[in-house]
Order: sequence, then structure tokens, then C-alpha cells
Amino acid sequence: MLFNLRKRTFEGGIHVEDYKELTDSQPIEVLNPGEKVVIPLHQHFGAPAEPLVKKGDEVKVGQKIGEGKARFSAHVHSSVSGRVKAIDYYNHPSGQFALSVIIENDGEYTPFEEEKEIKDPFSLSPEQIIEKVKEAGIVGMGGAAFPTFIKLNPPPDKPIDTIIINGCECEPFLNADNRLMIEHPEDILRGAVLIKIATGAERIIIGIEDNKSDAIKIMESHAKDFPFTEVIPLKTKYPQGAEKNLIYALLKRQVPAGGLPFDVGVVVQNVATAKAIWEALSKGKPLYERVVTVTGQGIKEPKNLLVRVGTLLKELIDFCGGLKEDTKMIVMGGPMMGVAQWSLDVPVIKATSGIIALTYIPKDHEQPCIRCGRCAEHCPMGLIPNQLMRLTKFGEIEEADKWGILNCVECGCCGFVCPANIPLVHWIRTGKNKVSLLRKQK
Amino acid sequence: MEILIPLITMGVLGLLFSVGLVIAYKKLRVEENPLISKLEEILPGVNCGACGYSGCRAYAQGIVDGKTEPNLCSVGGNETAQKIADLLGIEVTQTVKKVARVLCQGTIALAKFKGEYRGINSCFSAQIVCGGNKLCEYGCLGFGDCVRACPFDAMYIGDDGLPVVIEENCVACGKCVEACPRKIIEILPVFQKVIVFCRNKDKGSLARKLCERACIGCGICSRACPDGIKLEDNLAIVYNPLNLPQECLPKLEKCPTKAIRVIGDERERISTQQRAG
Repeated sequence: MLFNLRKRTFEGGIHVEDYKELTDSQPIEVLNPGEKVVIPLHQHFGAPAEPLVKKGDEVKVGQKIGEGKARFSAHVHSSVSGRVKAIDYYNHPSGQFALSVIIENDGEYTPFEEEKEIKDPFSLSPEQIIEKVKEAGIVGMGGAAFPTFIKLNPPPDKPIDTIIINGCECEPFLNADNRLMIEHPEDILRGAVLIKIATGAERIIIGIEDNKSDAIKIMESHAKDFPFTEVIPLKTKYPQGAEKNLIYALLKRQVPAGGLPFDVGVVVQNVATAKAIWEALSKGKPLYERVVTVTGQGIKEPKNLLVRVGTLLKELIDFCGGLKEDTKMIVMGGPMMGVAQWSLDVPVIKATSGIIALTYIPKDHEQPCIRCGRCAEHCPMGLIPNQLMRLTKFGEIEEADKWGILNCVECGCCGFVCPANIPLVHWIRTGKNKVSLLRKQK
Repeated sequence: MEILIPLITMGVLGLLFSVGLVIAYKKLRVEENPLISKLEEILPGVNCGACGYSGCRAYAQGIVDGKTEPNLCSVGGNETAQKIADLLGIEVTQTVKKVARVLCQGTIALAKFKGEYRGINSCFSAQIVCGGNKLCEYGCLGFGDCVRACPFDAMYIGDDGLPVVIEENCVACGKCVEACPRKIIEILPVFQKVIVFCRNKDKGSLARKLCERACIGCGICSRACPDGIKLEDNLAIVYNPLNLPQECLPKLEKCPTKAIRVIGDERERISTQQRAG
């Protein structure tokens, strides 16, 4: 216990029941999609990609079907081979409709280009690595889906000294990253080295929460073969995986308000992203599949699945034995930050880390704020959620801006600990939207 | 004798300050046009901002400075405009009385929903969760941001989940238009009887799935009255309400989804039954 207390972590945050035991010993299984595959053109932070194919076209696995032309955007690749049935608006995990390429899967998975072995990806120059990462459409696979090539390309006046590989997976239920670390530690470490080369950093730190002891052991044993690479176990606490908290926990460096990890000389990448980078550079394989944890008390046989982007949610759930009758809510992503789904006819996208079927509905019936201050105590960003809520509620939007509302990462700790069941994150998100509207008007 | 010292000190100080005040009053006085105060008395004094100024006094100032027209106050209407004109000795043109119209007929019974919404009771907040709980991206969310914004008690949320405008109270100030995150409230002239009660720009096939009262962009109405109605982005728009001859109005009843309607001469207060029917 004493040893535990000495472990590194950040300030604030909450301890949540993690339910990792449902899937942490389930090896990754491959699930191929059914006849229809829906690939949204907007799977990342930034502008949607523009379609490169049209109705009736034949596509192959790994073929680029959407081009991210804007500065903040990413390419989209086909995950199956077959014929384009339509390019139309389809249900999107965000809850809205998004332009998607609907492909009739021929089940043969003909590759677009034969996998070409690059003899030594480590000899590539930083520019070449970044170009290939961009071409492969790689985005951050922890959940935010920020285009990776932008993160690998820091402004020249901000030198990078440390690469952090994020293996925290602090969201309850999820085990996708955990299983990747257990099953593919080499790939992750090689990807990390490529990130190191691309950014010119000196060392690599892999941060893993101490509830994943197997992953820590395996990563540590493999990390010995890599120079300047270190695995650091962290005390389990939510939201450790949030970039800014992880940097503070590992390096005790504080990212300034409104700043990015660049500002303190750090680049943070998820373990799945590191693996995707290695695969893109060693085999020329674009990002079209990912590991998804299908779990929750409402799933009959919880599993970790390797699925192709565009596979529909209902196929994943059917593969895992279906839903139990008392399922009340299905969430895509983690239970803390994920989005509740209103339909099972929704595709898996690059950022889908998990699908969780909950048998209870989170707390309800709001009561007045008693100003106990628990939300402020647990806020990992050092904000005062109840004050932000009040300012938003009474229309003091400029004031809320001054109180730092835009620094909120929407982790949900404040709402989780609130004894009055106030939907604090919803209020703060409302306030954030109003602040950006106000700024736009000016 | 000692009592005299404070008395004299205070007396002298008081004298000094009063002299200072008199000088300040004479020297620093700002001459203001007395018309502004008179105009402000005529104006309704609700400071709604419908005229484009921050309040009634600012508007009065604007009129006196000749920067704006005297007939912009929608609360006071023509009566106020006439009074202002009489006071200033100028001519005004009569304005048309306008009213807010909610351009959505997607009631709880007729529109389709994604699921149960649990969250803050506000349209703006509902809009940022999965884009609202209504399938239609353009439809009314029905949480009453407009009702809360209305300074004249001219709106309420009806039993069918849509806001109702009480025409007698509505002064077309436009507060509800600003408050609506979906921008489906429009200020229209009272005389305009032909209104497209829908803002859905989706293709017809999709729009039909979303709501029974959605405009599907079929073009029946724009073909019937091409001088007054046009199609834009799969949505019918009444672009020239003055140019709708009486004889083309019955043809509008052919609208397959009843998205476009001719509202009656007697005050249109759409009851739940009518909407549902």
C-alpha cells in the first residue's frame, strides 16, 4: 500500500470502479464485417474528408476513398473490397448524420496494393515519416481522433525532448489498449521509436496505470531492448489518460492554459496510434482497422475484437452473444466520456475504443447545489465547475470565459462526484459553446 | 467656545464645495436636446432592441440625430411612429405589422425522435447532445428557449410540444429568433397568409422519414404559384407574399405533407387536433 502511495499521478481526479475484469484476459479476436460497410468521411477532429469515389466504383482494401484537404483533416481508406453502393448521409457515432461511403463487401478483402516491405523504416527522415503517417490517415486512437501528422510536426521554435506513449486507458471497462500492449508490445515500441525519430526527441516514456500489471510486465521486458525507453507505472486514477494530466503525472510539467503539449516539449501518443504508425511504415498499411472492447453488464460474452472501420455496431454485439434483456443504454467510447447511441445501425470509426452496454441508467433527479465543493476538489484541470455552471445558467458568458471554462476537458469527474446530481458537464459544455459563439460574433 | 471650531470648519468646507459644484454645473454642463427625453416618453420603454438600438433612449437619440427612421419601433407600431412624426413635424410611412411564426409542425406525434433526452431543459443544451433528440436536424426541439426569451409573454409551449405564439401579445421584437438555436422562428408580416411551416433542407426521401409534416421539395406549390413561391435546397420558400393571386391558393392544398398552408382570415391559433389531423 505504501508503495502504491508513492506512485506518480496527477492532482484531482476520481477513483472509479473499473470493471476491467470483464475483458482483460480475453485475447483479441478478429471480426470481419457483413455485407454492408459504412465508412463515414468524418472520423477525426477537423474538417471532413472529401469523397474520391462515386457510386458504382470498385474499391479495394486500403484504397483511399476520402481525402482530407483542409489543414486539420485526415484521409479515409476503405476497409473492405467491393462496390460502392452509395455516398449518402448515414448514422454517425456522434448521434448526428454524416456523409458516408456505403460499400457492398465482397468478402474477399483484395488489397489495393500488395503489402510492400520497407526494409528499414528507421532509416527514413522525419519528413518522410510524417508524410507516410499523413498518407495512412492515422489519427489519435485514444478517442479524440486528432490527426497524428499534425502532432508529429511541432512548430520549429518548440523543441521536443520527450515522447509519452499513453497506455493508461483510464476509462472504466475498456481493455483495447491493454490487450494491444500484452499482444503486440514490439509493434508499439517500434512505432514509438518512429515517433521519436519524426520529432527529434531524446527519450520515450510509456505510462501505464498499475491496474494493468500484465501489460506493465510485458512492456518492461520488451522495453529493455530499446534505448532511452522507460515504462513508468502510474497510480490508477481517472482521467490519467488525458494528455495534460499524464504529462503532469510523469514529468511534473504543467501545460499552460490554452496551450498544447508542444509548449512543454512533449508529444503524447496512444499505444494503438504507435502500433498503427509502425504498421503504416513497415507494411504500408493505412489505418482501417482497430481493436474495440465490447463489454458491459448487458453483453452476454464480452470480448476484445479487431474490427474494420465501418463495421456496424449490431454485428459486433451479435458476435458477442447479443444483448441481455435488461440493457438500458449503449455507449460508444468509455462510460465517462463516450456518447450514448440511439441506434445500433452505427458504424465503428477510427476513434471507437469500446462499446459498452449498461444495465442501469446513470443517476437522475437533480437537486439544488449545496456548494460542497467536491466538484472543484476533483477537477483535474483546477476549475470550479459549480461556478461555471452558475455563470452559464444565468447568462454571464463573458465571466465564464474569464473563469477558464474553455480549459474544461469534459472528463466528467465533477458530475460523477456531485451529490446533488447536477449535470455539470452538460452545463459547462453549453457554456463552452456559448463562449465560442460569442467569440465568433466579436 | 470650542464648539465653534468644528462648526466654522465644516461651514467653510461646505461653502467651498458648494462653490465648486456651482462652477462645475455651469462650466461642465452638457447641452442635451430636450427632444430626446420627450421621445423617450412616447416610446414604450421596454428596451427590447427590436429597432436595432440597445434601448429606447438610444433609439430616441438616433431619431433626433437623424440617423434612423421613426417607424422602427415594432412594439409601439404605427401609433407611436405617428406620435413621433407629429412631434418632430415630419412624415412617416406606415409600417406593416409583423408577428413571429414558428416554422415547424413536427409535434410529438408527427415527428420522429432519436430517444429519450435527459439533460438540461434548454434547446441550446439539447442541441449539443447528439444534435438534439429529434431526428430532423431542422425541427423545433421544444424545450422553450424562445418562451424564456420572450419579454412580452407572447409564447408558450403547447401540449403538442411546439411553441405557440399569442398574436395579440407578439410585437415582433425578434428576441425569440435570436434565442432559437435552430433558427426556425421568423418574423413575418401579419398579412402573409401563405406560410411554409418547415425548414427541412434534406432530400425528399430522407425528409419523409424524419417527419410527417416535412417539406419534401416536390415543387407542387412552386409550380402552382411560380410568382410567389420558389424551391431552394429542397425547400419551398414564399419569396413574394404579395404576388400570390387568390386563384392559386386552393392548389396549395395539394401539398402532400401539408408543410405549406394558407392560414385562415380569423386568427390562426392552431390547435393540437388541427395539427395532428
